[in-house]
Amino acid sequence: MTDTTTIDDTAWQRVSPKYVIVDVLGYVISGIMTTAVSFVPLIVLQWEFGWLPPIVVGAASLVTIALTPRRVRSIGYQLRDDDLLFKRGIMWQRLVAVPYGRMQLVDINRGPIARLCGLSELKFVTAAAASGVVIPGLPEQVAEELRDTLVSLAESRRAGL
Amino acid sequence: MTLDAVPVRSFTDGEWHRLHPATPLLRGGIALIAIIGFIIVQMRDELINRFFGSEGEPDPLAWLRESGLFWLVAGVVLVGLLLFVVGFYLSWRMHSFRITDEVVEVRSGVLFRTNRKGRLDRIQGINVSKPFIARLFGAAKLEVNVAGQDANVQLAYLATNAADALRAEILRLASGTKEAASAPAAAGSGDVVRDRVNELLAPELDPAALRAESVVTMNIGRVIGSLLLGDGTLTLLLVIAGITVFATVTGSPFYLFGVIPGAIGIVSWYARKLTRYLRYTIAGTPDGVRIGYGLLSTTNETLPPGRIHSVQISQPLLWRIPGWWQIKVNLAVKSSSSEGANPESTTMLPVGNRDDVLAVLALVLPSLAAEPLVGHGLLGEAGDGFTNSPRRAAVLRWFSWRRNGIALADDAVLLRKGAIWRELVIVPLPRLQSIALQVGWLRRRLRVATLHLHTVAGPITPVIGAVDETVARDFFTRISAAAVEHGSRDTSQRWRANG
Repeated sequence: MTDTTTIDDTAWQRVSPKYVIVDVLGYVISGIMTTAVSFVPLIVLQWEFGWLPPIVVGAASLVTIALTPRRVRSIGYQLRDDDLLFKRGIMWQRLVAVPYGRMQLVDINRGPIARLCGLSELKFVTAAAASGVVIPGLPEQVAEELRDTLVSLAESRRAGL
Repeated sequence: MTLDAVPVRSFTDGEWHRLHPATPLLRGGIALIAIIGFIIVQMRDELINRFFGSEGEPDPLAWLRESGLFWLVAGVVLVGLLLFVVGFYLSWRMHSFRITDEVVEVRSGVLFRTNRKGRLDRIQGINVSKPFIARLFGAAKLEVNVAGQDANVQLAYLATNAADALRAEILRLASGTKEAASAPAAAGSGDVVRDRVNELLAPELDPAALRAESVVTMNIGRVIGSLLLGDGTLTLLLVIAGITVFATVTGSPFYLFGVIPGAIGIVSWYARKLTRYLRYTIAGTPDGVRIGYGLLSTTNETLPPGRIHSVQISQPLLWRIPGWWQIKVNLAVKSSSSEGANPESTTMLPVGNRDDVLAVLALVLPSLAAEPLVGHGLLGEAGDGFTNSPRRAAVLRWFSWRRNGIALADDAVLLRKGAIWRELVIVPLPRLQSIALQVGWLRRRLRVATLHLHTVAGPITPVIGAVDETVARDFFTRISAAAVEHGSRDTSQRWRANG
């Protein structure tokens, strides 16, 4: 635990590297589907420049997939004295600080692919919908421990709404 | 038709109580009147035919009479009405509520029972509303808003003075004060008609329950002016201009008729706003801010201290001429019902000048009353306590980069935005849920970031963009530390616990 007044860049907890597999698989599936849809102008409408959408969409999917390992490495969280710090993103960076006392509930979700890899996703819910703190790619054990830690921290620092 | 005789004080004794006996009539009255009206309309044709012997088309009633089924149908209708009445009576019998030191609880339903409990320390506001018809009967609806989606506990209907007294009692219990209960509500004079007339004419704020008068006085000129100068009018004029140009270019004036439905809608919208805002009052009570609205149907909302999650002071374009502002707030209440937490209840001040804004702000966020930052936030520019966007952010904020800024007061964050549509957003730190710093790849080239302050959902989204990146990081750490500190120190859920 670190002091709340500074952001210690060495204290970030990383998510499991196995989460890359989950994320890549997800992007491969959605990439194939969107690329397939983008063939519609070429095949159905016989549009002159119909080859353009599949190339653009396919390239975008490939770049997204290629960047996944870096994006997963960019996800981090740290438990400071009084709040949870969460960051993610390389192109669009997001850094969130949530005081423990603001916790309304903690959710643990497991998707089908993530479950095969033994990973869970932890969601920290506050009264504000925009908070959006979702830590993916946590090994089940870690996720459950983190949940219990967060709940007890929230209990000791309970604040009103 | 009055319940003035019911001893009001006993409502908060923890026992189960029933609502005003006229409740079924007030709730289902419209439907009953509609059915009776339908029957009368049918009868009227029948009567006209009988007395004037006109040879109109055979109406259903006459046909029924001839077919000999009349008594059967009449019987069915009567039984239906009777069932209606019995149903309403039963639902009234089965609908009861109780108020203890901890919760307000309502049981209702004949076939499907519901039981709803609201915790008193989570009360976000109490709303006493009087729809016009209920008001004629001296009845009022009391709604206890608890945080959450559609989580209000509704007591409809109570006698007006019982509702007022009950509100005071619930607030007293919720506040955590050990002060003894105040004197019971004044009893009616016994003359029912005079009581009703007095209630109808009385100001929305009960003078006895208040230490202060309404801090803002509305006058009809200002309300009309504010509606005419609002952004809605601006849009309407633009649309009319666009259609006129289109009609002239195409040479067919029929397009002009397309404006009519929209114009009718807007006029009725204006009329609704007008009747709501004309009797607007706002005043401070020991148990929070009390806001009253409405000319015929009135609502009167009490927001205990610390229930306001974010405040926005804004100025539509044309309001710059008279120098008017409006104040909106985010509340932790989400009600899907038509009355209660509708858009108006998040409007703290529909229109007012600078003095009114400061007076209302002093009630809503008392700690900011003497804060010079507020004045700077309304009209100021560059170098007055706010940290503004850097020069290079002018690409993103063409006109407002000098004004676009952020400041951290004692217990609130102030965001100043907009040079054309001026806006000041204030987020009290004890209410801040979380804070996010976001940087997109294009913004990173400009070394600017966006700060999001997360509060409960409402009309306001407290976001400030185009802030210098190092400044944004600095504010991020300072605000997150201050939010923790104020969040743990805040005791407003039992706001008078020391009293």
